[in-house]
Amino acid sequence: MSGPLLSARGVTKRFGGRVACRDVSFDLWPGEVLGVVGESGSGKTTLLNCLAGRMTPDAGSVAYDTAAGPVDVHGLSEARRRLLTRTEWGFVSQDAREGLRMGASAGANIGERLMAIGERHYGEIRRTAADWLGRVEIDLDRLDDRPTAFSGGMRQRLQIARNLVSRPRLVFMDEPTGGLDVSVQARILDLLRGLVENLQLSVVLVTHDLGVARLLTHRLMVMQGGQVVEDGLTDQVLDDPQHAYTQMLVASILPA
Amino acid sequence: MPDTSLPDTSLRDSAYNYAYLDEQTKRMIRRAILKAVAVPGYQVPFGGREMPLPYGWGTGGIQVTAAIIGRDDTLKVIDQGADDTTNAVSIRRFFARVADVATTTRTEDATVIQTRHRVPETPLSDGQILVFQVPIPEPLRMLEPRETETRTLHALREYGVMQVSLYESIARHGRIAKTYNYPVLVNGRYIMSPSPIPKFDNPKLDRSPALQLYGAGREKRIYAVPPHTPVKSLDFDDHPFEIETWSECCALCGSRDSFLDEMIVDDAGKRLFVCSDTDYCERRR
Repeated sequence: MSGPLLSARGVTKRFGGRVACRDVSFDLWPGEVLGVVGESGSGKTTLLNCLAGRMTPDAGSVAYDTAAGPVDVHGLSEARRRLLTRTEWGFVSQDAREGLRMGASAGANIGERLMAIGERHYGEIRRTAADWLGRVEIDLDRLDDRPTAFSGGMRQRLQIARNLVSRPRLVFMDEPTGGLDVSVQARILDLLRGLVENLQLSVVLVTHDLGVARLLTHRLMVMQGGQVVEDGLTDQVLDDPQHAYTQMLVASILPA
Repeated sequence: MPDTSLPDTSLRDSAYNYAYLDEQTKRMIRRAILKAVAVPGYQVPFGGREMPLPYGWGTGGIQVTAAIIGRDDTLKVIDQGADDTTNAVSIRRFFARVADVATTTRTEDATVIQTRHRVPETPLSDGQILVFQVPIPEPLRMLEPRETETRTLHALREYGVMQVSLYESIARHGRIAKTYNYPVLVNGRYIMSPSPIPKFDNPKLDRSPALQLYGAGREKRIYAVPPHTPVKSLDFDDHPFEIETWSECCALCGSRDSFLDEMIVDDAGKRLFVCSDTDYCERRR
């Protein structure tokens, strides 16, 4: 078996005197879904941005095993890193407006990655876009509508399609279901679970919702004050929390 | 057509430096031009000066022309193809006065042609220089408002977003509906905005024997296409680039292969198509 897909070693990021994330190390294996949970302000999103090359950590390194061989994410040239992020990686933001091109139609949004890597056949791009729209359960007659005309849940699904069209191996997700109502959340989670399984995706998922973590992730890291206080298999962490903070977190879920 | 330059301009106005700009400025602009020619399609920033005409009237083109013009040159200035419109006449007179150059309306006699929004119909030849007046030099500007980001996109050759805009056009109109300022790929490297010339003129840019210089005064950018450089209009494999066609011919000269302007000539809405290139049209009659 090959090595880990993504491995972080001692990732630290400071904003002035404030430490947003301190000495985080882990390995992500191919096909694995890793959850990062913690309360707001615990450094989850900063960690995700450092992993995805959107921020440069002050210390530590992130290594990624590309199809062609392992690379140091932050040692890459900007050109190669950007190429990586639009081919082998995906990034699903909490706010769909950040991840989508709001002025372009749904079809163009899905097709953008294809065009960026050189696809120049309009009919072909459109067919692929329609196919992906179907996979994320959006009606085909919305293909030429702009995301501004979409509901929050549809935008989020469109964003997922836009990222997955290039068949990435690793997807970063920042609260993909945050701010959506419960029934829409459930549908998206269902969809994500299916896609992750079918496409053999590896995922780093940031969420504050332990229910989402339980449903989607294989392994869990619990963060508090920028540090990982506990990690392990999801069921193990949630059923038998060891750290006081995790215990508090688990105990604070409202009974359904 | 009679030459519209001032009758008393055989002598240069000595109150101004030759060609209006001071020598240091001309040197700076020439350096920018050299760089632009060395990297076809790349937008070179330059320190644009105040010119005695408003932005949008050709301040970029006029600075480029001032930097390259010499006493032996013959200047032609066109505005939307016409030699006799206000803008063209005033710029021609300006250079006759401050640079003591001969002016002409005949395309083949000119050594420098400053143009707003057209390429002459008469084929250009070796040694001629075409100076374009450019309002918005950045082809990605309407798609990406951040300058830092557009520079990065050019540097890394990430032109997917340009293709997205063409995709949108087909999805909305069934064809690529852009008719002017149609984006081109220069020498297989940089995407360039060919200033708002009609796409009818795009094929004339490709491997043209004339040097093309583009000056944007407000945005302070100069870019260039050296002679015989490939210039490709962007398109899709199944929606290839096409130029405009007309069912009519020119009402004055009968031309079927020049760019035609549509004019409404009476209150009943009677319409007429005439060549936009006045020099070409008049000499065919």
